Amino acid sequence: MYAFEYHRAKNVADASAQLADNEENKILAGGQTLIPTLKQRLAMPAALIDIGAIAELNFIRAEGDAITIGAATRHADVAASADVRKHNPALAHLAGEIGDPAVRHRGTIGGSLANNDPAADYPAAALALDAKIKTNKRLIEADVFFKGMFETALEEDEIITEITFPHPKRAAYVKFPNPASRYAMVGVFVAEGPAGIRVAVTGAGTDGVFRVSEMEEALKKNWNPDAVASIKVPADNILSDLHGAADYRAHLITVMAKRAIAATL
Amino acid sequence: MSVVSMTVNGKPVTGEVEGRTLLVDFLRNNLSLTGTHVGCDTSQCGACVVHMDGKAVKSCTTLALQAEGASVTTIEGLAKDGELHPVQKAFKENHGLQCGFCTPGMIMTAVDMIERMPNLDEKTVRAELEGNICRCTGYHNIVKSVLAAADEMQR
Amino acid sequence: MSETGIGKSVRRKEDQRFITGKGRYTDDINRPGQTHAYFLRSPHAHARINSIDLTAAKAAPGVVEIFTGADIERDGLGGLICGWTVHSKDGSPMKQGAHPILALDTVRYVGDHVAMIIAETYLAAKSAAELIDVDYEVLDASPSVATAQEAGAPQVHPEAPNNTSFDWELGNKAETEAALKAAAHVITLDLTNNRLIPNAMEPRAAIGDFDSGTGEYTLWTTSQNPHVARLVLSAFVGVAPEHKLRVIAPDVGGGFGSKIFIYAEETACAWASAKIKRPIKWVADRSEAFLSDAHGRDHVSHAELALAADGTFLGLRVKTKANLGAYLSTFSASVPTYLYGTLLSGQYNFPAVYVEVDGIFTHTAPVDAYRGAGRPEATYLVERILEIAAREIGMDPVELRRKNFIRTFPHQTPVIMNYDIGDYDAALDKALDLVDYAGFPARKAEARARGKRRGIGFSSYIEACGLAPSAAVGSLGAGVGLWESAEVQVAPTGKVEVFTGSHSHGQGHETTFAQLVCERLGVPFDDVEIIHGDTGRVQFGMGTYGSRSGAVGMSAISQALDKIEAKAKKIAAHLMEAAVEDIQLKDSVFTIAGTDKTLPWAELSLAAYTAHGFPRGEIEPGLKENAFYDPLNFTFPSGCHICEVEIDPETGTTKIANFVAVDDFGIIINPMIVEGQVHGGIAQGIGQALLEGCHYDETGQLITGSFMDYCMPRADDMPSFKLGFTKTDCPSNPMGMKGCGEAGAIASPPAVINAVTDALGIREIEMPATPARIWAALAANPIAAD
Repeated sequence: MYAFEYHRAKNVADASAQLADNEENKILAGGQTLIPTLKQRLAMPAALIDIGAIAELNFIRAEGDAITIGAATRHADVAASADVRKHNPALAHLAGEIGDPAVRHRGTIGGSLANNDPAADYPAAALALDAKIKTNKRLIEADVFFKGMFETALEEDEIITEITFPHPKRAAYVKFPNPASRYAMVGVFVAEGPAGIRVAVTGAGTDGVFRVSEMEEALKKNWNPDAVASIKVPADNILSDLHGAADYRAHLITVMAKRAIAATL
Repeated sequence: MSVVSMTVNGKPVTGEVEGRTLLVDFLRNNLSLTGTHVGCDTSQCGACVVHMDGKAVKSCTTLALQAEGASVTTIEGLAKDGELHPVQKAFKENHGLQCGFCTPGMIMTAVDMIERMPNLDEKTVRAELEGNICRCTGYHNIVKSVLAAADEMQR
Repeated sequence: MSETGIGKSVRRKEDQRFITGKGRYTDDINRPGQTHAYFLRSPHAHARINSIDLTAAKAAPGVVEIFTGADIERDGLGGLICGWTVHSKDGSPMKQGAHPILALDTVRYVGDHVAMIIAETYLAAKSAAELIDVDYEVLDASPSVATAQEAGAPQVHPEAPNNTSFDWELGNKAETEAALKAAAHVITLDLTNNRLIPNAMEPRAAIGDFDSGTGEYTLWTTSQNPHVARLVLSAFVGVAPEHKLRVIAPDVGGGFGSKIFIYAEETACAWASAKIKRPIKWVADRSEAFLSDAHGRDHVSHAELALAADGTFLGLRVKTKANLGAYLSTFSASVPTYLYGTLLSGQYNFPAVYVEVDGIFTHTAPVDAYRGAGRPEATYLVERILEIAAREIGMDPVELRRKNFIRTFPHQTPVIMNYDIGDYDAALDKALDLVDYAGFPARKAEARARGKRRGIGFSSYIEACGLAPSAAVGSLGAGVGLWESAEVQVAPTGKVEVFTGSHSHGQGHETTFAQLVCERLGVPFDDVEIIHGDTGRVQFGMGTYGSRSGAVGMSAISQALDKIEAKAKKIAAHLMEAAVEDIQLKDSVFTIAGTDKTLPWAELSLAAYTAHGFPRGEIEPGLKENAFYDPLNFTFPSGCHICEVEIDPETGTTKIANFVAVDDFGIIINPMIVEGQVHGGIAQGIGQALLEGCHYDETGQLITGSFMDYCMPRADDMPSFKLGFTKTDCPSNPMGMKGCGEAGAIASPPAVINAVTDALGIREIEMPATPARIWAALAANPIAAD
């Protein structure tokens, strides 16, 4: 790691001010992706502004027809939350399969969304569930939040504060982990909720998380694994590497979608 | 340099660290607690697992300053009054270790797992060990050790 | 002392320190005034170094000194060596270029050492490395063994034309050709043995510490054989005279072969500590380990098996291209030759075998021994082609094995080895029983009903270990003898210290070796201490690899104990005023046959040192003996592993549904520890078969350079294993032991791949059989996919 300063933010306002202080400053939440990146000397921030200990960012609230989760809430807490398990078990399941137990004790939902790793799990949930991502400045719809690999709608001095997930009528997430890294090679989140039927895919897209409209249309007619079984996703914009060529990943999207639908039945 | 204070194995400690100093380096270099190991640089192997405020974390993926004010337990702090923790005993009894390098992280992960999850079975133990890599044992006896310890602790 | 003697699963002495965080690995040691080293490595697979500008780096904060290859050359040090010389068909010795500790004018693989930066902290050294300006002229590379011999391929060393170090042969060419001509069936197979990265969990590390007062160098290093390291560093590299160099291998976190070799970094730390007159510590991070630890396997082979109409084996012809990497590592030439070709007869009666091996340089990290070393490659080839033959001539693979088993011993194979003993039917029978072979069709059908493909695969393996008779290996090109030494020292209070040349890095020698002492002398287990891994304490030793510590290392201890017992009885006879032949030792008490006179061990021990009244010229004071044991033969562990897999055809995922291993290791000292060795070996073998593969791209960049891309076996990839044992006592050493450290890794890969191909109904699939590969195989074979 290159040298950097460390500041623990007292609250969101403090974090915002410190982030605005120097454009080379970066937010540190759980650090489970950022710290490995720094260790590889792939980033050189002037200072890390730690928001991980801000109490106002660490909560899970079930209100009305939605669950709102503070940005610094750890994956393990989302997975274990009685409210999340009751109203959105697919989201709890997803959180419980991110990384490994030690990573889940540190990693945060806000960090995962802000980083938008193409192999991260949360972006699929956010997109499929039509989540609302609140920042220190505004509210961003999931549909416009994800801009491509490691890119989001967040501005330089913008900090995610909370994420609201409307309760789905039914939903499930099934992933095929990369055998080595265990990140999602293909993860498919299917949901039927207030925003309708959505199928969101992570792990596979060259531009990060994306929706499969053909599957969504088919599921509107028939919420059944068979409805998506014969839908092939084109391999054009699908990642290809040592662990799986694009055609294999594209195939896995169909298989994971089928299994996700089956899991809701 | 910044000053960091935390409780490690029940004792308050203070030290000077850089912003980039990892918790594992603080434990090993400042406190000479060399039982916590570093086996990779991509947060995958789990040789560095310690408990922070009662939860298993990877000390190679945590800054020392993030642990300010926290209570940290390392492998050296697990035995109480000379009495081995049931997980330590189970690893010895079931030959859950060979070269010993991954062992501190394995044991700290196992303690956390058992404390969090009642009624562990083999499949769950294997899934929960996802973040800990062992090259010697083929995991067979590690799984056996964890199950035996869980049995003992939940009796 | 039966509870701690031979055959008991005594809990390990060493565990106390490991489970409490008190293990002492190299990185846990710090020396006063210590500096830290970082090695600048080549980012190119092949490049000429036009110049290296250190100006900015030397001025960086905290930098103490920076060395390059020119500094080492100026100091007159030699390069790293290969301790085994293989000869080509024409009798010429293998060809090799120099292997400098730090690169001189050329870098030959990504990770090759360019400069050593020494600073007050590790981070300062690493930061300074970024300021070194190396002017590289990047050249085309030959990273693949498949193409390195082609005309016009970029050359690794000018000394080795066509990138070929040797073209070696073994066996009878004419007889094998005749067998192939006369055969009713000839089965051919092209197969790759995938390249692996050892990944012991403790990365390599070293501390060099020169004492300018005494002129003595101390090197702490992650070594499986500290005495060999000392010998090489003194006699060949010239770092220090042997008597002024102490090498300590403290607790070592796994080796699997990768810590046998003498590496550039430890050499440089020892050398440079005298230059800067301060201790220097270097610890690899995992990324460096991936780049610079010696890798394993990496063969491409073509094999032809000749069978009579009834399935009787007539001959086997093999042509193998073996990747050596960019330089010959310490024992690299022996691995694809004498540790490989000599095992191609397997457990079978082959009238003729002929093997040719080209040892090929490539622009990749050096390749050397990795758990099994040559024997997994041989076993994979034999057990794969046999299985394919059974399917293609329509025989049950079990019956084809039985038809060809060797059943009389000793058995001379066509490829050097003389098998001393074994019972291959017994292991096969027991394995079939444990796996419930009869019930397999029902399990297959049941899996099919769930949409899964179940397959079963066999591997009847043999290996040669207990390395090795010095005369034999000497005649085959080894630069060393492969005996082992031991010293047993009884203290005046009766406590026993055993100094062994074997080195434990996970094998539990401190426990098993103590069990031997308990068995022989009857002293309490806690009164025995096993000392190893320090040239300053242990007389000499050849170290631990090739499953040799039991068969060779313990045999040396056994011989030293013979001498201790003989001398102790002589002293007892004197003290008890009896004839030495009437003295008996049992449960640490000396008695005289036919009397009730007794003499406890501790009293005798004290008497040995007080020496009051010892008859001059007949009994020397003291009770300390040593022995050098040179084995009579290799040992030949054998057995049968059976794997059952279940494949999800939709995703290509393989689950190990059942894994049975039956092994014949001869006498077993500690069953618990032996089982642990088998478990670990199987996991590495399953890893090779399904998960692990090292990949370089066409420019020689390592693609699998971290645990993110190199798939290490994790707990949920593995099943619990079912083990069984059969036993034929090894007649070739006094312990009756064969060795158990590598069998799992040798036997298991073909069992897994035979099961996968059986499940899919296909002939071949490359290792690792990843989900992507299996899915592609099914996509290409609609009948199998159905």
